[in-house]
Amino acid sequence: MDQFVLNWIFIGASFALYIGIAIWARAGSTSEFYAAGRGVHPVVNGMATGADWMSAASFISMAGLIAFTGYDNSTFLMGWTGGYVLLALMLAPYLRKFGKFTVSEFIGDRFYSPTARLVAVICLIVASITYVIGQMTGVGVAFGRFLEVDNTTGLLIGAAVVFAYAVFGGMKGVTYTQVAQYVVLITAYTIPAIFISLQLTGNPIPALGLFGDHAASGEPLLAKLDQIVSELGFNEYTAHHADTLNMVLFTLSLMIGTAGLPHVIMRFFTVPTVASARWSAGWALVFIALLYLTAPAVGAMARLNISELMWPNGTDGEPVSMEMMENQEEYAWMATWQKTGLLGWEDKNGDGKIAYFNQGNADKAAAMEAAGWGSENELTNFNRDILVLANPEIANLPGWVIALVAAGGLAAALSTAAGLLLAISSAVSHDLLKGQLTPNMSEANELMSARVAMAAAIVVATYLGLNPPGFAAQTVALAFGLAAASIFPALMMGIFSKRVNNVGAVSGMLVGLVVTLVYIFLHKGWFFIPGTNSFDDSDPLLLTIKSTSFGAVGAALNFATAIIISKATKAPPQEIVDLVESVRVPRGAGAAAADH
Amino acid sequence: MSDKPEANAYWAANIKIVTWCLVIWAVVPFLFGILLQPVMPGFAFWVAQQGSILVFLAIIFFYAWRMNKLDAEHGVDEQ
Repeated sequence: MDQFVLNWIFIGASFALYIGIAIWARAGSTSEFYAAGRGVHPVVNGMATGADWMSAASFISMAGLIAFTGYDNSTFLMGWTGGYVLLALMLAPYLRKFGKFTVSEFIGDRFYSPTARLVAVICLIVASITYVIGQMTGVGVAFGRFLEVDNTTGLLIGAAVVFAYAVFGGMKGVTYTQVAQYVVLITAYTIPAIFISLQLTGNPIPALGLFGDHAASGEPLLAKLDQIVSELGFNEYTAHHADTLNMVLFTLSLMIGTAGLPHVIMRFFTVPTVASARWSAGWALVFIALLYLTAPAVGAMARLNISELMWPNGTDGEPVSMEMMENQEEYAWMATWQKTGLLGWEDKNGDGKIAYFNQGNADKAAAMEAAGWGSENELTNFNRDILVLANPEIANLPGWVIALVAAGGLAAALSTAAGLLLAISSAVSHDLLKGQLTPNMSEANELMSARVAMAAAIVVATYLGLNPPGFAAQTVALAFGLAAASIFPALMMGIFSKRVNNVGAVSGMLVGLVVTLVYIFLHKGWFFIPGTNSFDDSDPLLLTIKSTSFGAVGAALNFATAIIISKATKAPPQEIVDLVESVRVPRGAGAAAADH
Repeated sequence: MSDKPEANAYWAANIKIVTWCLVIWAVVPFLFGILLQPVMPGFAFWVAQQGSILVFLAIIFFYAWRMNKLDAEHGVDEQ
């Protein structure tokens, strides 16, 4: 069957499934809209959290980032999973016991300050909108590539589907749709990985194949990969080349940022008990780990496959010829991706061959020149983001696997977009309208305003997805920086300290936020306007700390400021001390939920 | 401090468990995965790409099991 038809069948069927679930799981009350009625089983909630958390970045980009850098980019694997330990041990059970609907509501109540709640709402909305732009752009690209519609049409179809299940279903609809999306995305990610692992190592489990032997040469796979990439003049795959301090802080920033992202935290409001909130964080990580343990294998194996495709006679033989690339089946994917502009090559010395190597390595360039292949690398463009999507084609897998990966990429982007939109709409309707402007709003009106806020958020996100601000990519660092430097420390101190008061918490959040923001702007340009930066991430202001790694420093400043200022000012009143004590003890969690 | 000694004992026990869990959470990725890479590159590579994720899972499930038991011991579970 034609690949194009297969893509339509897989994507169409997955979308029909999501809409079917949405009709079945309509939200009838604010509790169902914000927290799925708190009746979600921890395993189901863990699966939904996995889909919510794993975005287009995890599904599409991460393996590519690891493939082309190797060990140094392990920071993404450790950082994006380690945050769940912080969530499980320091936030999830206590916020579930608190028993309200939003993250900012906890901050406002615990620090008895509408200002604190407002600061939290602003951080939450900025972080979520930044994130959602990336997801919407990803949806447009995936549609463009697999359904051959233009970017705008693709994005509008995606937005309509999210609209259908998120506006009507709220958290309840989103939760059950995310469960389906998790199944689609994990199947799509692991099936090609299993095939490729079998081809290369004979081991069906990619994570084990990665540390196994390369079937063709009998050598350990990683030793083989190290050998090939260094013969091409690149850094050894398993070796450490990045700056250690920056690696540590970047990992830590991703961990703290993960634990501070509102759309992830709010998933723990949906489970029935405190005990199940603890289990649920573990199940979420189980489902995330299935992808995260596979991703490094996908990266390493794709790097090996690509290197061997470009040097079919070994690195000391002839490079691939233009004629082979045009005529042989296993190179067909390259022509398809060349059309998208994300992959490119050029026969610079006119010898009819495409030599792929690191031309930045002077010795290698000289050796290539001497061998007659020219001193310039001729695989001129290889966008990291195409690696996972092109992977089944690179390994010559059947057409249905390619269609499945397309549906999986869309599931990852849509599930995260829906979770973020829900976080934005509950912040607007519950924290801004109900909490600040019209506190006497009836439940029916609040539910209606939550739906209107959701619809408005989808329109804004679609608009921004169609016209992405030039800084969309840089702002991911901002989203993590904000979450790490403002939200996580405030939540943690709210639970683990009885002494931190309103003044302390607000000044801590503001100091963390402002210093992190200024540090990012100093390196990336003020408001991301190119040319207005005073420093560059290749030579940062403080030691070797890049702006993307600054969130951990911002968080430390937040903690220090809040503690020092709280000590110098009046202790919180007795009712706040009582609130903290009640949050710390699981008994009575049902009652806390029932007063809504 | 609270005037409820039972609640204080429960919270102190929780803090002790959380502290130990966080020590392991920090030592495995940062020490074994990154800082000791020059000493044992092969093991550090495995820890950074696989081992630390498995350890995170073990910590969370241990904590959930231990805390649910602690809740019952101190009579603060949800019944």
